[in-house]
Amino acid sequence: MSMLRSQAIVAGVGESRIGKVPGVSALELCAEAARRAIADAGLRPRDIDGLLTAYTMTEPYPVFYGALAEFMGLELRYGAELTAGGGSSGVMIYDAALAVMSGRAEAVLVVSGDSRATGMGRDNAVAALAAWGHPYYEFPYGGFIPAYYALIARRYMHEYGATAEDLARVAVTQREAACRHPNAHMRSPLTIEDVLASKPIADPLRMFDCCLISDAAGAIVVTRAERAADLPRKPVYLLGVGEHFTHEHIVAAPSLLESGASRSAQAAYAMAGVGPKDIDFAALYDCFTITPMLLAEECGFAERGEAAELWKDGRASIDGRFPINTHGGMLSHAHAGATGGLFETVEAVRQLRGGEGARQVARHEIALVHVEGGIMSNHATLIYGAQPR
Amino acid sequence: MALPFPDPRTSEAAHFFDAAAQDRLELQRCADCATVWFYPRPACVACGAENFAWFAASGRGRVHSYSIVHRAPTPAFRDRVPYVVALIDLDEGPRMMTNLVGDDALAVAICDAVEVLFEDRGEGRKLPQFRRCAGA
Repeated sequence: MSMLRSQAIVAGVGESRIGKVPGVSALELCAEAARRAIADAGLRPRDIDGLLTAYTMTEPYPVFYGALAEFMGLELRYGAELTAGGGSSGVMIYDAALAVMSGRAEAVLVVSGDSRATGMGRDNAVAALAAWGHPYYEFPYGGFIPAYYALIARRYMHEYGATAEDLARVAVTQREAACRHPNAHMRSPLTIEDVLASKPIADPLRMFDCCLISDAAGAIVVTRAERAADLPRKPVYLLGVGEHFTHEHIVAAPSLLESGASRSAQAAYAMAGVGPKDIDFAALYDCFTITPMLLAEECGFAERGEAAELWKDGRASIDGRFPINTHGGMLSHAHAGATGGLFETVEAVRQLRGGEGARQVARHEIALVHVEGGIMSNHATLIYGAQPR
Repeated sequence: MALPFPDPRTSEAAHFFDAAAQDRLELQRCADCATVWFYPRPACVACGAENFAWFAASGRGRVHSYSIVHRAPTPAFRDRVPYVVALIDLDEGPRMMTNLVGDDALAVAICDAVEVLFEDRGEGRKLPQFRRCAGA
């Protein structure tokens, strides 16, 4: 049995205000989410002695965790800024678990947030997506993140016969879930026809195939499992973690359809001692509609080329037999840099605790969260349980 | 607004774009394990050997995947939309990114045969680009 399995818990979760939140900086959004997570854990700010943050694109602080700790009046034994693009939350949570197990800190706050909607504006936020291309071998060709995922989507459709409707169904299913979420950025119904009629961005991806640009922050508190009995909320156990990296730029990706996600998931399953059939529901990174389809296959929830069936037959819907992205994901709940991936854990924790009312999934013992950064570049898989194993 | 051109800060990138300025697509081949790689780097990506040779590639390949971009990422590309961003599997093995240029570029399909040309981006600088081969 892995040294890490069931040794760390998520004790509290929090979300800032989400959507367009004018006049509120990324720092303030992060502090807001952090205070809510600390309160949710039944702790006080002085109980926090570790802080991990990801990056922002709208704040001037070279050391963001330090700026946030100071802003909140925290005194730390351990702090760092950890970035792996959209995969940052996975790396942060893995490190937070190791930190509390090793005694480096007692309670680690993991925070990510940004003011992408009002702090950057749409044109600047889109232009920033171009900076992810290789500066010599990609950027001069006018690519940006949507076009790179479109390359993956086009190849996937060519290999497996998936259709634009299959992609659209992912967005529609997640919007249905977001409509039940009290804090989701987008809560108006969406149809397949709406998605297909939306503006083309980078064929085959249209506007509603692309994630949001939000002002948002999320936070969680990680501590040792032994402390669970002293805390007010039902603990959620970290059962397994895996990571894998294969490339930074899509031009150097070994394959467009088989990424490091499967090896990341296999490592997490091995640590947790469970397999895909044991997972009750999942949160899969969804920067574009193609992404959770690929990840569902790589994490073992569908055969290669058959992920569309999960959405087509209703399994992936919040009321289905295998719900995926029950908060609405980055397509409908929020996307602000590394924050979208962190919300996957926030949602998994809430659903595993139970008590989400009309949003509550039927089976909620074990959940899988997968995040990735770049262009299917750096992957992290987190498996959480309502009970230790 | 001028289209962007790389400001290469590695020796191998400088070599690659110097060759492109003279209408040559050059690749590196490992002298130890014969791996051919793109993009240019100072050592073999398969075995780590620093012992490599540049050679002139055929400039031919096939479309591995493509996207037609409708939303320009930056103002410089607004006059170009819609345009094709593609990944090409070169006959020599490696994969590289390109635009597809030419009147029939938007009719692109996966597996189309393509050939290199060199797009003038001003001040003597040229960017490798690809177009569909006749009858593709």
